[in-house]
Amino acid sequence: MTVLAPPTISRTGQADRGRPRRRRSWTGWAFVGPFMAVFAFVFVAPIAYAIYLSVFRTRLIGGTSFVGLDNYQQVFTDPQFWSGTWRVTLFLLVQVPIMLFLALLVALAIDSGRLYGKAFFRVAVFMPYAVPAVVATLMWGFMYGSRFGLIGNINDAFGVSLPDPLSPDLVLASIGNIVTWEFVGYNMLIFYSALQVVPRSLYEAAELDGASQLQVIRSIKLPAIRGALLIATIFSIIGSFQLFCEPVILQSLAPNAITTYFTPNMYAYSLSFSGQQYNYSATVAIVMGILTMIVAYAVQLRGTRKDR
Amino acid sequence: MTTHPHPTTAAAPKPAPTTRTPRKAVRRAHQRRSPLLTALTALMLIYSLVPLVWLVINASKTQEGLFSSFGLWFAGDFSLFQNIRDTLTYDNGVFVRWLLNTVLYVVLGAGGATALATLGGYALAKFDFPGKRGVFAVVIGAVAVPSTALAVPTFLMFSKLGLTNTPWAVIIPSLISPFGLYLMWTFAASAIPGELLEAARVDGAGELRTFIRICVPLLAPGIVTVSLFTMVATWNNYFLPLIMLKDPDWYPLTLGLNAWNDQAATAGGQAIFHLVITGSLLTILPLLAAFLFLQRYWQSGLAAGGVKD
Repeated sequence: MTVLAPPTISRTGQADRGRPRRRRSWTGWAFVGPFMAVFAFVFVAPIAYAIYLSVFRTRLIGGTSFVGLDNYQQVFTDPQFWSGTWRVTLFLLVQVPIMLFLALLVALAIDSGRLYGKAFFRVAVFMPYAVPAVVATLMWGFMYGSRFGLIGNINDAFGVSLPDPLSPDLVLASIGNIVTWEFVGYNMLIFYSALQVVPRSLYEAAELDGASQLQVIRSIKLPAIRGALLIATIFSIIGSFQLFCEPVILQSLAPNAITTYFTPNMYAYSLSFSGQQYNYSATVAIVMGILTMIVAYAVQLRGTRKDR
Repeated sequence: MTTHPHPTTAAAPKPAPTTRTPRKAVRRAHQRRSPLLTALTALMLIYSLVPLVWLVINASKTQEGLFSSFGLWFAGDFSLFQNIRDTLTYDNGVFVRWLLNTVLYVVLGAGGATALATLGGYALAKFDFPGKRGVFAVVIGAVAVPSTALAVPTFLMFSKLGLTNTPWAVIIPSLISPFGLYLMWTFAASAIPGELLEAARVDGAGELRTFIRICVPLLAPGIVTVSLFTMVATWNNYFLPLIMLKDPDWYPLTLGLNAWNDQAATAGGQAIFHLVITGSLLTILPLLAAFLFLQRYWQSGLAAGGVKD
């Protein structure tokens, strides 16, 4: 999964020259050891513990008992789990392409060198990334609101009644807008960084051949940043499956539109913290993690196959 | 404004500056600026900035002003400073306490995460050691594990260990950033020439000394990038503290703001939307400032990290 471009090659060349490394030795472990130790504690151990929990069940009468894969069976037939999973899948199919497409357009526009004040564009579009999801959601939530929000203002000013963004029909789209706002600049920056290392000589050659801007984009720029596109897609997919913050915070504004099982993560959370069903909650978390990895892995396979 | 890689990279010239110079010249030679493209891209700019403008304008309003005035313009009375004062002193200054908690979590959590990622990334890039492929596979796999799916089991485990409701419950999980490790690994691979390490070893410098004296300065742009991104992740973290902390005294800002917002919905609770809005503004300012001032570092760091894949 490499972006083939001369600077990359010269870079690798540089790394290669450093390759007469010392014999295999344990010295490297002194540096990577601390990371791995903490990693084992906060990544490996919780996963192992979750797997352990997922094969037991606690009942009011009878206490905790080993139930094998019963919890998993329950997850696969649990309509609440599937309704949340379906919702985040829909979210990911609609929101991720829109966000990445916008990010790509802005990155290409900035990279084209035809903008006035491109440095300002680059920084300003990226700024929302530094805003916490909580603040972003509160802000948009207020703006969506009919009390002192912009929607309320517009309704008052023009005597219209716009649909309520926090109604059950629209709330998922409203969340999609918040997430797009938060991450479009971040993805733009990833694409822009990748575009920066495309060798300029390619553009000159294309220009000599009389290629148009669109042809240059299609035949040079997009293939060159495929790696970045793939990484951004995978991160966005993982992010969509994890959707939690935005719906949880909007819940207080739209209690009827957002249920406790709105997303799989919210479901796992409420199972643990309102329902005390720790074993089942751990199972939901594991199943969701596996689903995410399968989808991310499938996208990666598809993306790299096209590379060849 | 160009993105200079870093002053100290003079010691190890990277390919980036050499590719950049001719390109600028080419650009200037035959590409004209386009008002149309600028205007179209400006739509995106407006989308990105309007909510922030809204926040600044509304932080200047009183609670009554919020309800009675148009959202994207000022109300008659300008009470930003009064609002800031009220935010900082409300409920015996609990906002300041949350701010200090957040700083604590960022310094220890994001600082620690950056240190671990730097050491680990350096090892992966420049050493050959038994189990290296295993380390790599496990960590790359971990990037795909949804961190929120991990949070519930982590909570259950931490509550068994008696760590919940303490700052450690927020700090320890923040110490690991697989993405940071990955970024440092790709960055170290290109920023540290192998010859330099060989030379240091021939000279008999110890590994740790070589790392601190020679490698850390070369890695500086990568370190700034990773620390900015881990800082954002820690400063903005909501899910982890939400499940780990019960005691409002240990809340970070994100949790505190949401508690203030929810206060209006609770029976007998006082609505303090003007403080929620002003508090939100105060919460995002430090990060916006950090990103603006450290631009040239993180932009070059990201560029280098993004190349490899």
